[in-house]
Amino acid sequence: MEGRPRTRPGIIGRALSLTLVPIAAILGGLFVAAVIIMLSSLVQGSLDPMLPLEAYANLVEGAFGSVRGITFTLLSATPLILGGMAVGLGFKAGLFNIGAQGQFLMGALGAAAIGASMAGASPFVAIPAAIVAGALFGAAWGFIPGALKAWTGAHEVVTTIMLNFIAGIFIGYLITGPLEAAGFSFSRTGPIGNAALPTFFGTDIHLGVVLAFALVPVVWWLLWRSTLGFEIRTVGANPDAARYAGMHPALLTILTMSLCGLLAGLAGAGQILGISGFMTASYGTSIGFDAISVALLGRAHPVGILLAALLFGAMRAGSGLMQIKAGIPVEIIDVIQATILLFLAADIVVRRLLHIRAPGSEPTELQTVTRTYGSGTPT
Amino acid sequence: MDVVYGIPILGVIFQFIGYVIEVTPGIAPIVLGLATPIALGALCGVMNERSGIVNIGIEGMMLSGAFAGFLAAGLWQQAFGGDPLGPFGLTPALLVGVIAAIVTSMALSALHAWLSITVAADQIISGVIINVAALGLTGYLNRLLISPNPRLGAGTFSSFRLPPEVADFPVVGWILEMFVEQGPIAMSVVIFVIVLQVLLFRSRWGLRTRAVGEHPRAADTVGISVIRLRYRNVIIAGIFAGLAGAYLTLEGTSSFQNNMTAGRGFIALAAVIFGRWTPIGAFGAALLFAYSGAFGQAVRIRPPGDEYADLGAIMAAIPSQVYGALPYIVTIVILAGVVGRSIAPAAVGRPYKKEEQT
Repeated sequence: MEGRPRTRPGIIGRALSLTLVPIAAILGGLFVAAVIIMLSSLVQGSLDPMLPLEAYANLVEGAFGSVRGITFTLLSATPLILGGMAVGLGFKAGLFNIGAQGQFLMGALGAAAIGASMAGASPFVAIPAAIVAGALFGAAWGFIPGALKAWTGAHEVVTTIMLNFIAGIFIGYLITGPLEAAGFSFSRTGPIGNAALPTFFGTDIHLGVVLAFALVPVVWWLLWRSTLGFEIRTVGANPDAARYAGMHPALLTILTMSLCGLLAGLAGAGQILGISGFMTASYGTSIGFDAISVALLGRAHPVGILLAALLFGAMRAGSGLMQIKAGIPVEIIDVIQATILLFLAADIVVRRLLHIRAPGSEPTELQTVTRTYGSGTPT
Repeated sequence: MDVVYGIPILGVIFQFIGYVIEVTPGIAPIVLGLATPIALGALCGVMNERSGIVNIGIEGMMLSGAFAGFLAAGLWQQAFGGDPLGPFGLTPALLVGVIAAIVTSMALSALHAWLSITVAADQIISGVIINVAALGLTGYLNRLLISPNPRLGAGTFSSFRLPPEVADFPVVGWILEMFVEQGPIAMSVVIFVIVLQVLLFRSRWGLRTRAVGEHPRAADTVGISVIRLRYRNVIIAGIFAGLAGAYLTLEGTSSFQNNMTAGRGFIALAAVIFGRWTPIGAFGAALLFAYSGAFGQAVRIRPPGDEYADLGAIMAAIPSQVYGALPYIVTIVILAGVVGRSIAPAAVGRPYKKEEQT
């Protein structure tokens, strides 16, 4: 680098410099997890240095080894794409949406409830109605922390987490109570009938997968080609400047959080209408933290989020086979995820180690997130 | 709806107060127990935020402490056994467990300190990483080490018992019961709160800590090492989160479940804000949150009787899950109502660099 005049890098060079740190972080995460897997073979008896390779081979085979595996990868990636964008869009506005979990659950609830009530209607009415219901339920659950932040200054990091718990309890109440369908051995919503999403190519790939992929360019357009996106990014980068420029940070906060909730709600609706067909009282999901990981790894950019979601989707899809064949608990995926995040956060260290001259991997808007913590209303 | 409108509001309020007074003595002893992990987490948060560090990772530190404490105590018990050493049914295994919980939490705090002070990474991200890592690692190791070994465990600390003559004494007896009929960790919370309150506002260390949290540059100018003090405070604060974890698996219950902290670390953050960044205030907030949880349980176990007929009709109309969600709802309501009027330490969340121009 020294002595040579720096030329303006082309698109490939730029993509490379943007992805170097995330790729290094992924490799670092896989390496640390390999060490943990190796150490855990001690529990079963002797140290098995080949166990990590065996586990990863099973992981790849489970995720890509068959049509079923690839389908499962795409299906697992779908909620992560939408959830990741729900978190990433928040980042762009200087908001940390830890509430994707609750918004997802509310979206799933809305889709399950409306889907069940319109099970007999024409699919052309039932499907849009159920999807819209999911999106609106999610948006409502995103609106609450947005409004709380805008009007009272309560930081979204705490309120969204509380709302995640409240969503879980609320769903438990509705599905063991008013929404419970008769005639099943456990508490669940009724069959969705005609509201079930159509599948394609003779596989389980449903309309929700297509919708998630289609929304990636839409969110990109929203952020970088629309006035609203410009305002969102300005508020995220510098709320004071946005205010002086005549924008309304409070309104934008509410709107952005509602949009985040809408995306996460769509993810929930897709899971119900496309895969499970009903909702149970104790519907479990790890979407909340997964979505944060995806958004951070994808640098809060829709395309990056798409790639990160495919990666984590593949890991989720392959982890089952890994647990069966190599005996490694699926929770190792969470460990890989956390280690990747750790390397991303410590990207200065990674860059110094690998002599990478790339921009920092954190979305810069995060500074706004942390600065508003504890005090400060975006009025 | 006619029924509800038919009830004179004032009467219902009086009935509600009467009911609260009636159930409170019964739930007083469990309130401090429920408040313990929240209060300890809040002390951790107060120390962090007073030093200018946001710590979202308290939940993860607590969970890791709970796991490490349970595992260490169980393994020790399995390998060496051991008879009670002293009061509270203290066995060597339990002691080892508490130490393991504290050490684990301090190690995670050191990681948080390194990420947020030296690396200058975003502090909320650092905290989230700690939460994700704690959830994943404890889940992974739980499956690997604890699940195949269902008899693992070292029991719990036992609680102190007041003589019944004292406990039945009105008001004073109830308050004594609440604070004294507890295990060692819950009982120590009150001491920690008072000690930290005094140290923070009456000692040289406290003055320096507050200076570093409010205006690190000024603190630096008068010769306080901002970096070193922040490191020290964040790591020491980890002790509280570790103790909170130890409480969950070695005093409150005698088992470990995945994600058993159930948001207490985050409720603790709300307690910090509600308590205006003072140990005593945070403790009061923790008691309030815990009371809302205990009240929810009391309503389920002993609903209002005939003397509170109107109140009973209203309460019976509210689904029981609402009472389960009370701590979370109260947290949001209080954050929304209070946060605008309370002011955080000015430098919270901002990494300090010597060369930086402000």
